[in-house]
Amino acid sequence: MLKDVTLGQYFPGNTIVHRLDPRSKLILVVLYIAGLFQASGWISYAAVTAVTALCMILSHIKPKNIFKGLKPMLFIIVLTALLNMFYTSGREIIPGWHMTWEGLARSVQMILRIVLLITGTFLLTYTTSPIALTDGLEMLLGPLKKIKVPVHEMTIMMSMALRFIPTLIEETDKIMSAQKARGADFETGRLTERARALLPILVPLFVSAFRRADELAVAMESRCYHGGEGRTRMKVLRFAARDWIALALGALFLAGMIVMKRYGI
Amino acid sequence: MSIISFRQVHYTYPGDELESLCGVDLEIEEGEFVAVLGHNGSGKSTLAKHMNAILVPDSGTVLIEGIDSRDEDKTFEIRRRVGMVFQNPDNQIVANVVEDDVAFAPENLGVPSEEIRARVDAALKQVGMYEYRTHAPHLLSGGQKQRVAIAGVIAMQPKIIVLDEPTAMLDPQGREEVLSTVTRLCREKGMTVVFITHHMDECVGADKLVIMSNGYIKAVGTPAEIFADVEMMAREGLSVPETTKLLYELRNLGYELPLDALDEQSCAAAIANAMKKQTRS
Repeated sequence: MLKDVTLGQYFPGNTIVHRLDPRSKLILVVLYIAGLFQASGWISYAAVTAVTALCMILSHIKPKNIFKGLKPMLFIIVLTALLNMFYTSGREIIPGWHMTWEGLARSVQMILRIVLLITGTFLLTYTTSPIALTDGLEMLLGPLKKIKVPVHEMTIMMSMALRFIPTLIEETDKIMSAQKARGADFETGRLTERARALLPILVPLFVSAFRRADELAVAMESRCYHGGEGRTRMKVLRFAARDWIALALGALFLAGMIVMKRYGI
Repeated sequence: MSIISFRQVHYTYPGDELESLCGVDLEIEEGEFVAVLGHNGSGKSTLAKHMNAILVPDSGTVLIEGIDSRDEDKTFEIRRRVGMVFQNPDNQIVANVVEDDVAFAPENLGVPSEEIRARVDAALKQVGMYEYRTHAPHLLSGGQKQRVAIAGVIAMQPKIIVLDEPTAMLDPQGREEVLSTVTRLCREKGMTVVFITHHMDECVGADKLVIMSNGYIKAVGTPAEIFADVEMMAREGLSVPETTKLLYELRNLGYELPLDALDEQSCAAAIANAMKKQTRS
C-alpha cells in the first residue's frame, strides 16, 4: 500500500517537457491552473483536457501513473461529485429523487476540474527532478530574499523532505511488519481502534526521523554546508528558446481561456 | 609534522559523567592508512568527530595540518581538508540523484559550475559509481550508497578521509566494496585514511592500528605488532585473526613460532618452517 505513494515522484526522461527549465515549468503550471479555473462551458473544458492530453503525450508520462496519483484523491472527487449532483436545483432525472440534470453536468465538470488540476501538477513533478524543482523555486522566489524571506532555507527544507520520502516510507513498512509480527492488527476494528493501532508505528517513526535529522545535519556540516551564502551550482539553469516559446504558449492558453469565459463557452 | 595530531585530548559529552576521551595522544602521518579498532562506547566515534571539528576538545589540542580545531574561523578550512563518511549511508545522502549528491560539498564551497562537473565525474569514477550517476540513491545497495557517500567526500578534494564505521550496516559484499575503495584511494591517490571499525579483519591491511577502550588509546602499532599481543587483545575483548590465534595456541604448546603472520600463507610458511626445524633436530 505504501509503495503507491506518488508524492514527489520523478520519472527521468529526455522529452521536450523534461528539458524545459524548471522555472518555466513552474510558471506554466501557475498559468495552467489560472486557465483551468476560467473554464465554465463544455468547450473550454474540452480545450483544457486537450491541452493536458497533449502535454502528457509530449512528456511520455503513462496515464497509468496519473491514475495511480489520483487514487488517494478518489474519496474527495466522489464526494464533491455526489454533493454537486444532489444539491443543484433544476430538472430532476428521476422524479422524486433530488438528482438533477444540471447537477449531473456540474458534477462532471467538477470531476474534470479536480482531475485536470491534479494531472497538471503531477506533470510538473513527474518530469522535473526535485532538485531542479527546488532550484527553480529558489530562483523564482529569489527577489523575496530582499525582504528577508528565508527562501534558501525553505527550498532546502523542501528538497530534504522530498529526498527522505522514500526512506521514511521504507522505514514505515519495516516498523509495520515488526508490529504485525508481534500481533498488531491494523486492518480490523472500528475507526478509532484502527487509529489507535497506528500509534505504535508513529512513535518509533518519529523517534527515528529525529535521529536521522540529527545525523543528516552533522553530515551536511561535515560537507561544509553553511547556508545559501556563497553557494554555487553544478547545474546552472538557463532559459532556452523553447522556454520562451512554452511560456508564450502558456500565456496564450490563459488568454484563450479568459476569452472563452467571456463568451460563456 | 604529522597531518593529524592529538595532544592530551579530553572530552566529555554535555550531560555525561564519564569522559569519552581521557587524554588521547595520537599522531597520524600523511598518506597513512590508519585503522581504529574498539568496542561500542570505546570513544572511537568521538575520536573521529574531533578530526573535522564537529566536536572540539574540552582540554588539549587537535591539530589538522597545524590548524587548531578550536579556531572557529578555520572550521571550514579543517572540514574541506578532512572528509567524513558516516555509518548510515541513508542519513548522509542529501539529494535524490547520485550526481547531485556528490556535487553537494563543492557547491557549498562555491566552486565554479564547470569544475564541479569535472570533480563529480572524477569522484564517481574513482569509486566505480560513474554508471550510476543519474540513479536514485535509495534504489542502490548499501555498499553502493556508501561508495556514493565516499565520492561525495572526495569531490571536496580533501587530504584526509575519516570513515566512522562505514561498514557496520553493510553485508559482507558491501564491506568488501567499501574497504577496497578506500584502500585504493590511500595507495593510489596518496590520501590519508582513518578507518574506524569494530571488525578486526578490516584492520589487517592498515599501516597503523589504534586500539581504543573506554576513552583511552590502549595500543598503537602495525597490525602485526598489535595482534601479536594476544593477551592484551583478549583483555580488551577483541578478537585476533584466526592465523594469529592458531600460532599463539601452538606456541603455548611449546612450539617456537612467530606471531606476526596475518594471512594463511605466511602462517602456513611459519608452521612449515617450525616443522622442518623439528624434523632436523
